[in-house]
Order: sequence, then structure tokens, then C-alpha cells
Amino acid sequence: MSRKLVTFRRIITTGAVNFVRNTWLAIAAIAVMVVTLTIVLFSLITNATFTNTIKQITSKIDVSVYLKDTTNKEQTDQLLADLKKLPNVQSVKYISKDEILQKYLSENAKNQKLAGAVTQTDNPLPATIQIKPRDLNKLEDIKDYLSQAKIADLQSDQPSYSGDRKEAIDKITHATNILQRAGVGAVLVFAVISVLIIFNTIQMAIFNRRDELTIMRLLGASTWYIRGPFVVESILYGVISAVISVGFIHSLFVAARSTLEATSLGLLDINYAAEYFRGHFWTLLALQLLVGILIGAASSIVATQRYLKFKVHR
Amino acid sequence: MILLDRVSKKYGRVATPALDRISLHVEPKEFVIVVGQSGAGKSTLLKLLTREERQSSGKIIVGGIDYDKLKDKEIPLLRRKIGVVFQDFKLLPNRTVFENIAFALEIVGMGNREIHHTVPKVLDIVNLKGKEKRMPMELSGGERQRVAIARAIVRQPKILIADEPTGNLDPKHAWDVISVLEKINRYGTTVLLTTHNQEIVNKLQRRVVTIQHGQIVSDRAKASYKL
Repeated sequence: MSRKLVTFRRIITTGAVNFVRNTWLAIAAIAVMVVTLTIVLFSLITNATFTNTIKQITSKIDVSVYLKDTTNKEQTDQLLADLKKLPNVQSVKYISKDEILQKYLSENAKNQKLAGAVTQTDNPLPATIQIKPRDLNKLEDIKDYLSQAKIADLQSDQPSYSGDRKEAIDKITHATNILQRAGVGAVLVFAVISVLIIFNTIQMAIFNRRDELTIMRLLGASTWYIRGPFVVESILYGVISAVISVGFIHSLFVAARSTLEATSLGLLDINYAAEYFRGHFWTLLALQLLVGILIGAASSIVATQRYLKFKVHR
Repeated sequence: MILLDRVSKKYGRVATPALDRISLHVEPKEFVIVVGQSGAGKSTLLKLLTREERQSSGKIIVGGIDYDKLKDKEIPLLRRKIGVVFQDFKLLPNRTVFENIAFALEIVGMGNREIHHTVPKVLDIVNLKGKEKRMPMELSGGERQRVAIARAIVRQPKILIADEPTGNLDPKHAWDVISVLEKINRYGTTVLLTTHNQEIVNKLQRRVVTIQHGQIVSDRAKASYKL
């Protein structure tokens, strides 16, 4: 076996042996890493769940265009085709006068007075085009298009995106924008804090053993022969912490399913969160492992650097 | 083997230098005893030789290596050529006696079989057979000292530096240690020993270099202790 291979094997085994011998240090470091990694994972899942909730709310928002009874089929088809070409239009749906009436009657089946106010022969409800927008922030584009004189002529009333409804839609859009940004911001903040805490923990662990580092240095060990085992040890912390944190979240969802009657906690849709976690299980585990390994390795490299320097002062 | 030419060492902004223009020449296979009160500069001298500290001025050449031309990367290689017995042992606390000694061989890339062959021999020399699996914490001061010596000699270095290796030992064990040093010296290793022990100096009848206030005040062959 070549010397390099012997040395490499030794670095790995020494790291593993050190890990076992420094049990309490390992437990302390892993505990801190588990807590921080779990917080990051939790904030990731929460963010995804909120994003989904927001999507569900905003998907219910559309712009309705009410057509005059005089508008003929040709004009309607032309308008539908033109609307589809608008960049912010995801889809359009035409609902005829009859369909609108049926919908109205079935919605108000229990209220005879309201149902009776509208009859088949004298149908006051207009044929409607429902426009699903791509981006709620750009509804003005669609509104501007609809208010062109030529197209406004075809309409019996202002489109639904106006007046009080416009105000309500704008408020929802604004709120969801803030929520989404806050979600991403929270994930980033938690991630940065976690990195700093893990970094500090590993620095402390190595600070505790700085004598070992200086002794090895004095005996003539090379930089990587000294540092290697510490990096291996820190990577082990990272791997174990990542697995524990993913396992912890998993058992939390299992427990929630069997004990909680409700499917959501306030705004947090637990069902979706559990589904998201299950659907992305391997990705999330890989992500946690990657973060744990990278932070473990990077912080142990930086932390050992200080004790491996040679005196330069004369 | 060891050449110091007007070497001085100042620490930080302290006015008086720890070593003041010291010149010393040690031949290969020589056995030199360095004496001097604490604070005289003995430890600084040893730290300069292992390149734990850098000299402020002057020239140091050990085994043909000029310390001024030494790159950081080459310092570990230099240290592997010098065996050092530190005053405070400097044993690795998380490793057994065997592993502590084996470490000196691991860092030069020696294979496991050879290590398992070599370490027991050295343990025998320092009388530590049967304590291979002990941790440093479980050993007495004298035993730790002998582990430190075993680690320093296991690579059969050309130069052995021993800083007060008898400091913590009773007279019998102190003589055991000295006889190990003499044995290694007979095999061809240059030995540099610092000590306070008057009796040892007198009995050894070797070259004695006396340091006082950072300067060499006497350098005598086959000498006895005198301050």
C-alpha cells in the first residue's frame, strides 16, 4: 500500500476513533446542530406550505367581463381569441347566459325569493368571460385592455376588477406578496443564524483540544495529517445531526396525524406540510446532509487554521 | 550538527533579550549538557532549534538546514529529524501510550506492521512494557516522562533534545532516563540535554555549556556543575 493511502486511511480512522472517545463533546455539538438544522428544515417546510396556501387563495381570483346581450358570437369569439394573446392571461372561460342562470338558480335554491326574482324568460344575467391572470400584480394590464372603447362597447358593465372588488383584490395581492417575501426572508435568516451557531460550536470543540493540535505540530505532523481527523469528526457530526433532524420532523408528522384532529394549525396546513415533506423526503434529507457536511468541514478547517500556523515574528 | 552564530531572541517589546548573541557549535554524536538557572534562556534556545520560535537575529544551521531559508512547508520535515523530550511531556491526552509513541511514526507514513514491530522495542528500552493501553492520565509523572522519551527516540533521530527530562523523577528513575540518553548517544545520536541536576552533571563528565542572562558564560569539556 502506498504511503498516501496509508495516511488517508489513518486520517479517517483517527477521526472516527476521536469521535467515539470525545463522546460528550460529540453529543453537545450534535445537539446544537440538530436543533439548528431542525429549525431550518421546519422553516423550509412552513414556507412551502404558506406558498401553497397563498397559491390556493390567489387561484380563486379572476377578472369577469360581462357582455351585452347584443354582442354576437363572432364578436365574442374574437374577444376570447384576443384575450388569450395577452401576456398576463393564463386562461379564459366563456359562460353563456343560460349557464349563468343555472348557476345562479342552484346557488340560491334555498332562497325562493332570490331564485324567483330571475326567470328563464326574463334573464337579466349577462354572459360572462372569466379571465384567470398569471400575475395578480399586473391586473391593471388586463383592465387597460378591457377599457379600450372598442371593447368597452361590448360590455354591459365594468369588469369585476374595479371599485370595491379591485380594492379587495389589491389588498390580498399586497398581503400575499409580503407574506411570501417574509417566508423567504425567514428561511434565509434561520439558515444564516444556524450556520453561525454550528460554526461557533465546532470552533469551541476544537478550541478545547488546541493543545493536541500544537503538540502534533511540534512533533512534525503535516497540516492535513493534523486537520484531517478533525474534519472527519465534524463531518460525522453533520451527517448524524442531519439524519436526526429529518427523523425528528418525520416522527413529528406521524405523531400529528395520529393525535391531532385538526388538519391545520391556524394558517399552517398540516396535511399539505406532511405531504410536502413526504414528497420531498430525499431532497430534504440530501439538502440537510449537504448543509451539515459542508458547514462541518468548512468550520473545522477554519477553526484548526489558527493553531497550525508557524511563528513568523522574528 | 548544530551551529548557532551570534543568535539573539527578543520577545515582543521586552527590553532585555532572552538570548543575547549566542554562538555554539555542536559536533555530530556529541553529548552536550546545557545548564543555567530558570529564566536564563535554556528553553528559548531549545525553542529556536525546533523552530517553535524564530530568532530575532543571527544564523542557525542544524543538520545542514539554514533556518532562514526554511519554508513553512518544510518545518514539519525539519521537526521529524529532531527528537524532542519536552519539559511538560506534551503527550496526546486522548491516545494510549502505544498510540502516543506510534504517532511519531505515523506522521512519517510508516506502515502498521512496522509500527507494531518498532514500538514494543522502544517501550522495552524505557521500561514501560505492559502499559501500552494506558492513557497518559493514568500514568505517574515518571512514567509519562518515559513515554515522552520513547516517542522522541522511536524515529532514531540524528539529534535528540531533552528539556529537563529528569525534573520530575526520583534519583533512581532519573538515572534510568540518563542511561537511555547515553545509550542513544552511543548509537550515534547527538544529544542536547538541559538540566538543573548537579549530581547528574558531575557524574556524566561531558561538555557543559552554562547560560546566564541570555549569554553563554562558560563552555567546558568534561566539566562538572558550576554556576
